[in-house]
Amino acid sequence: MIHFLFKGLIRDQSRSFFPLLIITVIVAIIIFFSGFLNGIYNSLFFNTAMVNSGHVKIVTHAYHLEHQLLPNDLALLESDNIIDDLEKKYNDYIWTPRITFAGLLDVPDENGETLTQSPVFALGIDFLSDKSSQIDVWDINKKIVEGKLFADKNQALLSSKLAERLNVKINDIITFIGSTMDGAFSTYNFVVSGIFDLNIGPIDKDMMIVDIKGAEFALDMDNAASEILGYKQDLFFNDKQTVLLRDQYNMGFNTDDIYRPFMLALRDSNQMSTIVDFSNVIMFIIMALFLIVVTLVLWNMGIMNGLRRYGEIGMRLAIGETKGHVYKSMVLESLMIGFLGSAFGTMIGLAITSYLENVGLDYSKAIDSLNSANFAMPNVFYPQVTPELFYIGFFPGILATVFGTMLAGRAIYKREMAQLFKELEA
Amino acid sequence: MHRLILIFFSYIICSNISVDDIINKIDFNLNSDNRVMTTQMIVYGRRASRTIVSKSWIIGTDKAFTEYLSPPREQGSKMLKLDDVLLTYSPQTDRIIQISGHMLRQSIMGSDMSYNDVMEDKPLDQLYTATLEGEEYVGDRKCYILFLKSKVDGISYPKRREWVDAEYFLPIKEELYAKSGKLLKSTSMDGIKKIGDRWFPSRFVFKDELKKNSKGTEWIINDIQFDQDMPEIIFSKSNLRK
Repeated sequence: MIHFLFKGLIRDQSRSFFPLLIITVIVAIIIFFSGFLNGIYNSLFFNTAMVNSGHVKIVTHAYHLEHQLLPNDLALLESDNIIDDLEKKYNDYIWTPRITFAGLLDVPDENGETLTQSPVFALGIDFLSDKSSQIDVWDINKKIVEGKLFADKNQALLSSKLAERLNVKINDIITFIGSTMDGAFSTYNFVVSGIFDLNIGPIDKDMMIVDIKGAEFALDMDNAASEILGYKQDLFFNDKQTVLLRDQYNMGFNTDDIYRPFMLALRDSNQMSTIVDFSNVIMFIIMALFLIVVTLVLWNMGIMNGLRRYGEIGMRLAIGETKGHVYKSMVLESLMIGFLGSAFGTMIGLAITSYLENVGLDYSKAIDSLNSANFAMPNVFYPQVTPELFYIGFFPGILATVFGTMLAGRAIYKREMAQLFKELEA
Repeated sequence: MHRLILIFFSYIICSNISVDDIINKIDFNLNSDNRVMTTQMIVYGRRASRTIVSKSWIIGTDKAFTEYLSPPREQGSKMLKLDDVLLTYSPQTDRIIQISGHMLRQSIMGSDMSYNDVMEDKPLDQLYTATLEGEEYVGDRKCYILFLKSKVDGISYPKRREWVDAEYFLPIKEELYAKSGKLLKSTSMDGIKKIGDRWFPSRFVFKDELKKNSKGTEWIINDIQFDQDMPEIIFSKSNLRK
């Protein structure tokens, strides 16, 4: 019977072509839209995690209370031991030390006297140690637009905006002026090895990146760290997991010690909780609305199709086919169309999403006009192929088509056999 | 009007000395044509304390040269003040850097003193108009309470209140305020000694009241000599790199 119905669908293209086309297009749109939202969600939080917060991070409790002042005198001491301990207990995370500091960047003239100065926000990141995976996490080589990554602690990367403002070029010497972790006056010379552009809005406008050893030396922070950042090994942000880990970790310390390690989940940083919650709700609402609308459209299509075939159904009943058989055959037809349309739509949607996952959608100008340094907005959005994309459009595509036909098919049972020939004559 | 009444009563209470006399005596004690001193600054941080030893050559209020002698990280760092210009040199970078703008509000070596505190080390009568608020004992020392209000714009502490020792004419306790009246810093001094014909403290304590949980900074004068022969070359930029 399936073979018979399939032949019918192929021969009568009015029954198959447009329904198939509509289902394919709609399912493809569902999949791309879902992948696009997933991509935005993850890249928003991944960039924030990469630059500011990690998926989780550990600071001293005292540092946490004054974190906006970057109080490195309250930094974590013996950070190596803390990281070793974390790696043993939570090996599904990548743990890395970070020194965050600020001060002035001074560019000398040919006599070694001040030519220009600018405020600087600097990150000391463990890029050079053997076991570090920060080069991959940051994908830093793709972000360097001129020069190369530093090779030792005396070299630095400057953001393109800062380098332009200071008129600094590769191999120029710049002097960092700031305070050591003890508050002593600190000056330290770095050689510019490269210029980078993070492509995440204004957050990098005053940014310098140095190796953590350079930051330790400049700030007299030997084996100390402002923060220890943790990233999930798969770099996929999961809000519930980070909150659970935070609560579990913090329970193990005496609350009287103000220098105790204190874990913060991504949602605890810079009012990110509001954004995380808001994003979760918005994602749910958008997807729910979209699915409802799409289901209604497909349903309506099924009804229209049933009405269009009113005469054909009458004829089939008139020549002796039972109502149940007609109804069953229509449902089976819609199942076949729904299946094929959903399968094609899923393939096309995944192909488009996968392509844009690599190429990205560039929103540079719109994002640059924003002026928030706390929230790292990506300039290029990359849709993301996730396992849920394989079914999020497929099943609604089939179910909506079948339900639409089932609803329309109820009219078959309302047909009066005695009236059939009159209707057919008309 | 209130100020006139205050001044009037001040004269009745302290009929034997005027506010100007007190200010002049303070300026005489604390300022000199020149001086050379070796000091140690003990900075009480939140986790540890540090002692920084330095030697300074000072002429009046316009020229000062300081060389840091210890600890090792600070050793060889120098600071030169020429009128309104403050230059620092650090041997690690071999750079002479001018401290200006908001950096002047930063603390010196992590202490409770800022660069501005050093830059505005001028006689009180040049910067403030004083009124006598009364007398009070600080410990067992009888003091005049002076309230000073700036007569020039742009200084770090537009208002200050001083408890001036009635015998030594030194402000053994002082509160420094913003224009709004917010307390910014407090200082005290003790270990007062007669050096030549002036009284001079051997220990100052500075406390930045804006720093949470600050334990203050002690500044101890190990050795001080007034009115010495001082070659001009000390106060040259080239001396920073020597």
